[in-house]
Amino acid sequence: MNFNLTLIAQAVTFAVLILVIVKFVWPPLLKAIETRQKEIADGLAAAQEGKSALETASKKSEVALNDAKQKASEIIGQAEKRANEIVEEAKTTAKVEAERIKETAKSEIEQEVNRAKEGLRAQVSVLAISGAEKILRKEIDAKAHTAILTQLAAEL
Amino acid sequence: MTTEHTAGNMAEHSGEMTSATDYINHHLSFNAQAVGDGNHSFWNVVHFDMFIISLVLGLLVAGAIWLVARKATAGVPSKTQAFVEIIFDFVDGQVKGMFHGDRHAFIAPTALTIFLWVLAMNLMDLVPIDWFAKLTGLFGEAHAPFRPLPTSDVNTTFALALSVWILMIFFSIKAKGFGGLIHEIFGAPFGMPKLFKPKSVMGFIGLLASPLLYLANFMFNMIEYISKPLSHSMRLFGNMYASEVIFLLIGLLAATGIFGMFGAAILGALWAVFHILVVPLQAFIFMMMTIVYLSMAHDSH
Repeated sequence: MNFNLTLIAQAVTFAVLILVIVKFVWPPLLKAIETRQKEIADGLAAAQEGKSALETASKKSEVALNDAKQKASEIIGQAEKRANEIVEEAKTTAKVEAERIKETAKSEIEQEVNRAKEGLRAQVSVLAISGAEKILRKEIDAKAHTAILTQLAAEL
Repeated sequence: MTTEHTAGNMAEHSGEMTSATDYINHHLSFNAQAVGDGNHSFWNVVHFDMFIISLVLGLLVAGAIWLVARKATAGVPSKTQAFVEIIFDFVDGQVKGMFHGDRHAFIAPTALTIFLWVLAMNLMDLVPIDWFAKLTGLFGEAHAPFRPLPTSDVNTTFALALSVWILMIFFSIKAKGFGGLIHEIFGAPFGMPKLFKPKSVMGFIGLLASPLLYLANFMFNMIEYISKPLSHSMRLFGNMYASEVIFLLIGLLAATGIFGMFGAAILGALWAVFHILVVPLQAFIFMMMTIVYLSMAHDSH
């Protein structure tokens, strides 16, 4: 236990070391660590924010998607309805047209029939006259009995 | 490891250093150098071995940590930086738990300094005791004493404890003022009687008893102030000195022969392993007591 100048020397060394650590070692380490801590904290906060933003966005997108689905089904419904209407309209139009065509055809047929009847009638009368002429060549004067023959032809 | 060399040394020296007492005395002597012209036992002697080793170790640890701190990045740290940061955080956490002020200005870095330096010095305990004697023999006198463990010199530990003690008084005055310190020395732990207008009988008795109270407070505080640096320094010194002596005894055992050598090798290894625990523990305790003393200086009673 002999105290001597070593005591002072060690105290001086101690003071110098403290000075070095206080001035040159502690502050940069503290700064680095605190900056990193802040960065990590900020990063975590940002991640949290991002998470909540993502949640909101996904909710929004879900709503939008539902809206779109609803609209789409509405549109499809309308379109189906319209298509049915168009088909119905087309059917009606077609029916009317068919009816009209049928009518036209009927009247045409009637006209044809009438025309044919007229033709036949004329031919029959001609045939009847020629037949009667052949039969009654001698007795019947064509000129005298024209009225009777015409009447006959008309009755046919 | 320790023991083989001890055995070798002993065998080599057996001609000159005949007794075990000589061996131990030699290893417990400092490399004392005369300073100046006088013959004063305090002012004209310095333990060169203690001074140079603690200085080199101090510069080594401070330099090493400075190199890391200089390039410290807030981004992804290198493994070395991560290691330094673990120590940093460990010390900072201890200070944070006890000191509630701006610890980064002085107290935390001081605690780090103490921890690293004392740890480095204590680690010299694990260097085989005869290596340094061999090494210095190569340079200076063949058998000049040279002790490698600075904390086994009471000068070193007391220098640290005394520095902390002075810092303690400095911070005490800084936090409470000189009047506050004096007030505390005479007023704590038993309190102070109200000097003016004693309102009750008890108060009047207190006024009469006040000189006794002052005296008791003063005595208690003096005991505290004296015991603080003593217990602070003696704990570290005692542990390290005892460890060194035990290593010397193991070295002696190694010198007794082939069986002694093997026995000493095993014992030395065990004692060294035990000191892997003791060395950082003592450094930690020294640091903790420093933090406690400096924190207490900031508290007012």
